[in-house]
Amino acid sequence: MKKRQVALFLALVMLGAALCGCGGGSQTDSAQGDNGVKGTAVRGGEITVGIAQDLEDSLDPHQMVAAGTKEVLFNVFEGLVKPNSDGELIPAVAESYKISEDETTYTFTLRDGVKFHNDQPVTADDVIYSISRCAGLSGEDPLVPALSAVKSIEATDKKTVVITLKDPNNEFLAYLTVAIVPKDYTGQSTAPVGTGPFRFVSRSPQESIVLERFGDYWGEAAYLDKVTYKIYENADALVLALNSGSIDLCAHLTPTQTDQLSTDTFQVLEGTMNLVQAVYLNNAVAPFDNEKVRQALSYALDVQGIMDLVADGHGTPLGSSMYPAFTKYFDDSLTHYYQYDPVKTKQLLAEAGYPNGFSMTIRVPSNYQPHMDTAEVVVEQLRAVGVTATIEPVDWSTWLSDVYTNRNFQATVVGVDASNMTARAMLERFASTSGKNFINYNNPDYDALYQKAISCSDEEEQTALYKQMERTLTETAANLYIQDLSDLVAMKKNLDGLHFYPIYVLDLSTIHYVA
Amino acid sequence: MKYTAKKLLLAVVTMVIVSFLAFLAFQIIPGDPTTTLLGTDATPERVEALRHQLGLDEPFLLRYGNWVAGFLRGDMGTSYSYSMAVGSMVGGKIPITGLLTAMAFVLIVAVSVPVGLLSARRENSRSSHVLDAVNQVLMAVPPFFTGILLTFVFGLVLKWFTPGTFVSPGEDLGGCIRYLIFPAIAIALPRIAMTVKMLRSSIQSELRRGGYVRTAYSRGDTSRRVLYGHVLRNALVPVVTFLAMTMADIVAGSVVIEQVFAIPGLGQLLLRSISTRDFPVVQAIIVIMAFWVVLVNLLADIVNQQIDPRLRLQ
Repeated sequence: MKKRQVALFLALVMLGAALCGCGGGSQTDSAQGDNGVKGTAVRGGEITVGIAQDLEDSLDPHQMVAAGTKEVLFNVFEGLVKPNSDGELIPAVAESYKISEDETTYTFTLRDGVKFHNDQPVTADDVIYSISRCAGLSGEDPLVPALSAVKSIEATDKKTVVITLKDPNNEFLAYLTVAIVPKDYTGQSTAPVGTGPFRFVSRSPQESIVLERFGDYWGEAAYLDKVTYKIYENADALVLALNSGSIDLCAHLTPTQTDQLSTDTFQVLEGTMNLVQAVYLNNAVAPFDNEKVRQALSYALDVQGIMDLVADGHGTPLGSSMYPAFTKYFDDSLTHYYQYDPVKTKQLLAEAGYPNGFSMTIRVPSNYQPHMDTAEVVVEQLRAVGVTATIEPVDWSTWLSDVYTNRNFQATVVGVDASNMTARAMLERFASTSGKNFINYNNPDYDALYQKAISCSDEEEQTALYKQMERTLTETAANLYIQDLSDLVAMKKNLDGLHFYPIYVLDLSTIHYVA
Repeated sequence: MKYTAKKLLLAVVTMVIVSFLAFLAFQIIPGDPTTTLLGTDATPERVEALRHQLGLDEPFLLRYGNWVAGFLRGDMGTSYSYSMAVGSMVGGKIPITGLLTAMAFVLIVAVSVPVGLLSARRENSRSSHVLDAVNQVLMAVPPFFTGILLTFVFGLVLKWFTPGTFVSPGEDLGGCIRYLIFPAIAIALPRIAMTVKMLRSSIQSELRRGGYVRTAYSRGDTSRRVLYGHVLRNALVPVVTFLAMTMADIVAGSVVIEQVFAIPGLGQLLLRSISTRDFPVVQAIIVIMAFWVVLVNLLADIVNQQIDPRLRLQ
């Protein structure tokens, strides 16, 4: 008996070694996920991933907008560069890049042997097509507004692509994570074709999305053969499906949901959602056009109390529009800038001319339970200082058109994230001229700091300027900052290799069964 | 002939009104398909371009006219969210909801008719009082709650089925039917209770009406023969109408039940399409459902005529 166990163990070790041998040196690292469980990574197998919403926008990587869609298709598409789990940009379709001294010219050398899922090799033409399409270089509207900073793009030889910018920009690389797609392929919106470790197989609306391992992937191949995303829009049905064993992996669960899971089958891993949840205030309407009122309410919120009630204490308190995953831009000293102090609230409200409080309406997207729950606690905490808040639940579509686009609201509770890992992506929204400035924040000091920051070429100085912008937001109480929500992932115990990213994606390529 | 023509005309008018109202509703409720499609990246220029591309910038009546024209040609348009042809998308969901509806209906008829007859024959017995009580409870409990209870008891405790493992009928018909049994029960239970009550009171009122019943008895018919040979036929007229309405009702009920049991049928697609303002899909599903309601009512009329010759004269 013992002999057989030893033999089995040896066989497993050898198998492991063989796997490492074929996949390259870094294999052993990636076999261990964030949960620290060690085991021999097994190649092959398939899993079912539960997701809480269907992919309802276009599957075209340049036109998709929903976080949930981007999260799934992160496994299918890659840009010239792509983020890794530390938030660093690593070369993907490009093998290397060079940024000119004046920060206007980005030169990329394409990687050899990168293939699209339709077996066509990636050429410089495909890269030029993809970037031009996003940047709107052929005269149409840019599909990715941020890329309109591109002046021109050309191939100097078969393997080299040069991108020239209109203005110097040292953060532009982060935007070149936009997907490289085959030139003139028109089926992206229904049958996406990219270069990622998984290829798209099929979808059935409201039912499932199927991905398969891409055999000709240029990099480290994915472990799993096949991944099926199943859609469970009802939170209770999702928990039932998890408990019944029909889902192997599910992210973005709440503590209430994970508490109902069997600990024999599931391991629960905790990361962060990487967003800034706050009571966003319309700075252009009374009474929130008065800085004193906003500050008063900042003192009225007990953030820890909110997190305790809504998520059993999970979550990371925030004090400004930046979350900790942005390591170098995050300023922890702002987190507790406003300590819970109802006396100060009353005093500031009196100074602002509201000694008896006032009434307000908080419009909340009702499909996001964490925001609804948070809003309810906020209402109670505001009641304690004499402010009568009413929640008006609205569906997501109404929120987008009425609250976000038309800015027709007093206050709202949502989470705001960043499209990429630059501080700029997070902070540019509050510049008074920004189309994304849905809270109507209008502060000339902030605008000046922003102009200085984006034209600054010294990284250290730039970081300091961004931090100054965060401080300005906090000091003027642009919003009532609450937290970065915790992201709970339930995964079957025989799975491993999950890595949390500082952006909202779920990388399936490292996930594997453990022998 | 005139009767049928009148009914058909009424059906067409109903459907035009329903589709127009659905169209109108989307004019009134806030939100726009472009906001979900463009999300927070929307710029006024892009919204305008997309609205133009989707034809949303045209006047309301012209859009409705275009839609009707397309529908008559058999072209239901393209889903905004999925960029797929609405016809094939909705077509793929009809077998699922259809199967669920059929199973629920078979259950209702198979259970309620014998139980109704039995309870009518045993009026005032102890078993009929028990049945009365059970009936009242079943009628009062909404299907979604029954659904949650069934999932808990049979799915999680007894493990007779695995929640969330729905397979589409094309993939594995047997597996699909097995999965749909409990949702069908959840939909059927309150309707079974109602049909039993209906059938019983209908039989009893026929029995009390005297006349032909007394004649039958005086002829020496057994009470069994009186019931099955004479009374049942008359008693069924209101029940058939009720069952037809139930057929329509089940489809509406499945919208809710599909959420509870995570069944990707028409109902789930309808709800999501409303929230994303995916108007061509909503419009198609509403028209299909309206058509269904009109159709089963028409069927009920025809069946009733077969049972009760007096109706044919109208």
